[in-house]
Amino acid sequence: MKEIRVCAGGACIASGAFSVRDALLKELKEKGLDGQYKIVETGCMGMCSRGPFMVVDGVVYAKLNERAVKEIVDSHLVGGKVVEKYLMALPEGQKVKEAFKEHPFFSRQVKIVTRNLGKIDPKSIDDYIDRGGYKALEKVLKEMKPQDVIEEIKNSGLRGRGGAGFPTGLKWEFAAKQKSDRKFVVCNADEGDPGAFMDRAVLEGDPHSVLEGMAIAAYAIGAQQGYIYVRAEYPLAIERLTVAIDQARRRGFLGKNILGTDFSFDIQIRIGAGAFVCGEETALMASIMGERGQPRVRPPYPVEKGLWGYPTVINNVETLANIAWIINNGWREFRKYGTEKSPGTKVFALAGKINNTGLVEVPLGITLRELIYDIGGGIPGGKKLKAVQTGGPSGGVIPADKIDTPIDYESLTALGTIMGSGGIIVLDEDDCMVDVAKFFLEFTVHESCGKCTPCREGTRAMYEILDRISKGEGTMEDIDALEELAVVVKETSLCGLGQTAPNPVLTTLRYFREEYEIHVKEKRCPAKKCRDLISYVIDPKACTGCTACKIVCPTGAIEGELNKLHYIHQDLCIKCGSCMDVCRFDAVFKVSPPIKEDEKVQSS
Amino acid sequence: MRVTIDGKEYTFDRPMTVLEAAKSVGVYIPTLCYHPAVESIGACRMCVVEIEGSPKLHTACTTMIRDGMVIKTNTERVQRARRVNTELLLSVHPNDCMTCDANGHCALQDLAYKFQIKESRWGTRLRNLPIDDSHPLILRDLNKCIQCQLCVRVCDEIQQMSIYSMVNRGAESLPQPDMTDKLGESDCVSCGACATICPVGAIVEKPSIGKARWWEVKKVKTTCPYCGVGCQLDVYYDPHKNEIVRIYASEENPEINDGVLTCVKGKFGYEFVTSPDRLKKPLIRKGDKFVEATWEEALDYAAEGILRVKEKYGPDAIGVLSSAKCTNEENYLMQKLARAVIGTNNVDHCARLCHASTVTGLAMTLGSAAMSNNLSDILKANVIFIIGANPTENHPVYGARIKRAVRKYGAKLIVADPRKIELAKMADIHLQHRPGTDTALISAMMKVIIDEKLYDEDFIKQRTKGFEELAQSLKDLDIDWAAEVTGVPKDLIVKAARMYATAERAAILYAMGITQHANGTMNVAALADLAMMTGNFGKEGTGVNPLRGQNNVQGACDMGALPNVFPGYQKVEDENVRKRFEEFWGVPLPPKAGMALTDMFMHPEKIKAMIIMAENPAVSDPNSKHVEEFLAGLEFYVSMDLFMNESNRFAHVILPAASAFEKDGTFTNTERRIVRVRKVLEPMGDSKPDWWIIKELSKRLGYEMEYSHPSEIMEEIRKITPIYAGVTYERIEKKGLQWPVKDLEHPGTPILHKDRFNFPDGKGRFIPIDIKLPPELPDEEYPFYLTTGRMLYHFHTGTMTRRVKGINKIVPKSYMEISPEDAEKLGIRDGDVVKVTSRRGSIYIHARVSDRMQKGVVFIPFHFAESRANILTGDILDPKARIPSFKVAAVKIEKAEGVTEVQPPEYVKKVLQDQ
Repeated sequence: MKEIRVCAGGACIASGAFSVRDALLKELKEKGLDGQYKIVETGCMGMCSRGPFMVVDGVVYAKLNERAVKEIVDSHLVGGKVVEKYLMALPEGQKVKEAFKEHPFFSRQVKIVTRNLGKIDPKSIDDYIDRGGYKALEKVLKEMKPQDVIEEIKNSGLRGRGGAGFPTGLKWEFAAKQKSDRKFVVCNADEGDPGAFMDRAVLEGDPHSVLEGMAIAAYAIGAQQGYIYVRAEYPLAIERLTVAIDQARRRGFLGKNILGTDFSFDIQIRIGAGAFVCGEETALMASIMGERGQPRVRPPYPVEKGLWGYPTVINNVETLANIAWIINNGWREFRKYGTEKSPGTKVFALAGKINNTGLVEVPLGITLRELIYDIGGGIPGGKKLKAVQTGGPSGGVIPADKIDTPIDYESLTALGTIMGSGGIIVLDEDDCMVDVAKFFLEFTVHESCGKCTPCREGTRAMYEILDRISKGEGTMEDIDALEELAVVVKETSLCGLGQTAPNPVLTTLRYFREEYEIHVKEKRCPAKKCRDLISYVIDPKACTGCTACKIVCPTGAIEGELNKLHYIHQDLCIKCGSCMDVCRFDAVFKVSPPIKEDEKVQSS
Repeated sequence: MRVTIDGKEYTFDRPMTVLEAAKSVGVYIPTLCYHPAVESIGACRMCVVEIEGSPKLHTACTTMIRDGMVIKTNTERVQRARRVNTELLLSVHPNDCMTCDANGHCALQDLAYKFQIKESRWGTRLRNLPIDDSHPLILRDLNKCIQCQLCVRVCDEIQQMSIYSMVNRGAESLPQPDMTDKLGESDCVSCGACATICPVGAIVEKPSIGKARWWEVKKVKTTCPYCGVGCQLDVYYDPHKNEIVRIYASEENPEINDGVLTCVKGKFGYEFVTSPDRLKKPLIRKGDKFVEATWEEALDYAAEGILRVKEKYGPDAIGVLSSAKCTNEENYLMQKLARAVIGTNNVDHCARLCHASTVTGLAMTLGSAAMSNNLSDILKANVIFIIGANPTENHPVYGARIKRAVRKYGAKLIVADPRKIELAKMADIHLQHRPGTDTALISAMMKVIIDEKLYDEDFIKQRTKGFEELAQSLKDLDIDWAAEVTGVPKDLIVKAARMYATAERAAILYAMGITQHANGTMNVAALADLAMMTGNFGKEGTGVNPLRGQNNVQGACDMGALPNVFPGYQKVEDENVRKRFEEFWGVPLPPKAGMALTDMFMHPEKIKAMIIMAENPAVSDPNSKHVEEFLAGLEFYVSMDLFMNESNRFAHVILPAASAFEKDGTFTNTERRIVRVRKVLEPMGDSKPDWWIIKELSKRLGYEMEYSHPSEIMEEIRKITPIYAGVTYERIEKKGLQWPVKDLEHPGTPILHKDRFNFPDGKGRFIPIDIKLPPELPDEEYPFYLTTGRMLYHFHTGTMTRRVKGINKIVPKSYMEISPEDAEKLGIRDGDVVKVTSRRGSIYIHARVSDRMQKGVVFIPFHFAESRANILTGDILDPKARIPSFKVAAVKIEKAEGVTEVQPPEYVKKVLQDQ
């Protein structure tokens, strides 16, 4: 039986993967092919902007719907002829059949963490085992001592993929050295950065790789119990983990006397309750123990005093998904990728103003330019790259002139941002840096647990200043005060959330201070983004009087008769932008600084 | 460890935080969320310092010092961080210091002043929350909260109530009680620790509001006048108005009250001191009335009356009641007055009613009648066995520590109590036995231990004698029978026995549920047997530990305010001892032991006159009707007291005494610790300290006593009392000393019986078991068990706590607890008035239907004069200890038709009405 793989990652499900699957089943049955093909629902294939995907005989079909499925079954499966129009196109426009090999989005990737994504059915432990799953666990249990495992991981140079980049092997070694008859392994699956979804993809697409990594970690440090702390917003991940844990127990990969050895280890799922700060390891532990999810001072570190006071290793999903691969292939193989200090790969979530939105796994040390242009396909609409934001609300922006910087932990830190969990948001000329900082600050204000003064009050005060500046009400003193406050919040906050919350402010100030000053001095937003500093106006030369904008305007701010020039009343306009979106003649445009009701503005 | 702080090198010999290190060498680091009593959480970030070699700023409260560490506490970077964070806090804090009760005592105000911040640079974001006025004693204005979580932590870690948690997150996160934003609706036990610890004015003591600014008050440290825990208090008072403004726990004595904790009585129960009812002038009875007199007149009158009776009937016709409420010095003088001046050993005090059986039971087994261990080492116990004690209500500060031992340090808890008291709810095993079946229960446990050979053979061999006899006495004990009699399932008895016996360190705590029985001595001896056979002596977290009910019961006993012993438990009937005292006091002394107070009251034909200091036997003693008759029939009755009460209305002369807040002296707490009582206020009106009154009376009875200060009395005590031989006021100034203190160099004795018991051969004595059931059991006519005791908010006969407004708002009325089953059967609803009758009398009281009660048992606290529990209790006595059987009486209960309210005494009503 041949396989047809359908992507059932979160994004593809959202864009109709299941109706594609159902249509496929129906068509196969109608054509009498249901005995010849087996449909495999896989995890995320990566290029989420083009889903749903389907792979037949190595041919990758994208952007599918029910009609497309019918055509493909008719033409490809029955007639043996590839349906060109559903293939993916190279940036130059040429269509390719085997996109995974031919399209640079895929071909430039190195798949270690995501090795099974798009290839196996995440609900099937057999699929995982068929691709070498649980071999590494068997190997460590039967051939290696715990110390050997730790050495292997230490040699690999693997660093924590949750963002801080602490050497994983070293963390395990600390925990292993603790004398305690109870120890824990925790998988941090509380992925919360806006725009980051790599952990989710791994949990949904290859849950066993995480379980295997945890079991190996447990063996290495001598733990008996594991927890996966996963956010409630990931129901599919929870469902697939639950299935996977159950399967692993039944096959003897979890539970008592694993694979007939003396080693026993089991895993439970703990579901978060919607607090971003619970991704911070000490808050996460508090939450697992049923306490209020607020961080505590370190030291003691979790490896010394973790859950209920016992040594606890906390690793991120992506970190754990690397483990089995390293054991199977050896640390030397792992070190072939990446840089000396940051070996291996990293999964990035590409979002923002970029053509190929999605998930990519690339060797560390790759430049932002390669990531954005070669893999990401560049900026849509021929716009200019302005900056790249990495690391979510904890990270900062890197200006366009620094995109030849290699991506590794140290280089990003030197630029004032962080690797973080791997979110990459591409910003173009339409993005305002004050607005970007304000967006992330709004997030941290909302997510601050409230325990320490600088994070609780300081982020709010920073937000207020940014808000003032974005409204044209800021002063030059505000900019200096903002910087002072940002430094103090960074220096004195208790946990990583507060310590990194000022990064969006500090980096935008560092690279785009002029833009702040324009907001203050000229009451103008150069990117025409800040609502209070812009006006929507109609270009008399371009307006055809089609009334589309008048119809869509929610406040009745647009006046004009059919076929006659339309006019926006500034005192009524709420700057929602609907008129601009709906205008087919590009007659609506923005100006900054804003104009008054009776002011006339010349078309640009 | 050598550590450099701001350029100076210091050496420290133990691990500590940077903050502690800096503080100890006088380097100031500001803090807001730090308090030594609770774990540091580094939340306010005010204590940040620079540490050389680290790029970050570190919180001094959570960073431990290391050898070679170089700390900078005062750099520009540090100052900027502190300043900005202070400004941030001020941006949400209302600038209303003018009327704030914390003004002058506010950590935030201090920082604002230090940095000279008039206005925050970071805007104003006031919360505009309603003030939580729901609690009668504690006011919360969360608009002022700086979110330091100290209230949350102290309630959770120290008081162990966990009333507060931070609710919501970010700027909205505020400390709120469970499921409500009103403290008055929560399970709060009103200890006020949150108000004590709050560094700003967000949580304050309601009775203190508007009384005085912080700079108008002075502070005196003293010992709490309520229970035997002996909490050390910082009393803030206004010297101009001569009144107490507020009370905090002293930070100096964490070993007693954790440096922060009080109970509701210790924190708020001081208003009685300035009550308008205080006796301010001596009173002499003229017919039916009392007439004010001068001290000269009253003292002369008192002396003449006593001498008259003495001449007529001899010295043994006079009874002297000393008091566990008074100081050691006063108790010493009082027994000296009886013995050396009047010439009788008829001196006793209320220990007779609480721990007389402890004195007898422990003296015969261990040789020393006191708590073997101390209040702090309970945290080291692996198993805690509490029987007949309700510490979370009656010794609340210690009760909280027991909860901490269980919740934080993982001790297993066994509670034996007829009621499902608070600790029973968190116990591993609750043995809910029938009142009065304690010996049966303890014996059954011993039987299991012997049968299963769980005893400590080495200990028994090396340190005790009489085990064979004990085993013999238990040989025929049938555990099934014991289960039947006690009403406790056999498997629970077995489980408890094993849990206790197999623990490495097991502590027994008990109180009046054990002692106040006609077989109280046996109960106590049985507990000593149990602890000895399992080797639970001489180590931390073990022992037999009676919890003393009154502030100075231990001291009053130590001082020999007992009919058979001189100070230091030296026997009156021992000729050598008596000789020493005769020489020391310079008079011949009566050779025979005197009468116990319970015996005095039963023999009106023998006792014709009484001197009663600070006691209210008409409410506190059993069969009160009978006591009243006795008092009314006395030929002469001298009372020394703060108030008129149910007893001294029969007196012939009342001498107004100063309260514990108005005099100097010492108390000895339940762990044998002698601690200072210090004068805070000038005595109200013409009232005088009891030691002065006794001294003056003595002079008029023909014996000069010359003391100008209680410290001189302690010097005398020290010379004649071996266990107090090393006690001087200088030595006990800060921490006190635990007796025995054998000489001026001796450091005191935290744990008794370490290597030997207090007998000449050093061996503990097992006492064979003789199981006796209570003399009065329920029958057809009186079908209910009545058991009596205390409750959290009130104390003894209510003369103190019922004069505190806020406390009376919480518990204004008397009540009887009854099980829901019994209540339903009798058609009684919560709040109904019932008539309770025993063979001795009847009372009316409000019913409180409570699932704490087992079927067939009712409980009445004895604090309420309008519903006097002791009208019902009997006066059958323990043959050795002469303690009455307060804990078991048979009663019948009827719904009181037509009565809807039992009115409290007038003075309580007045307290409640006062604005």
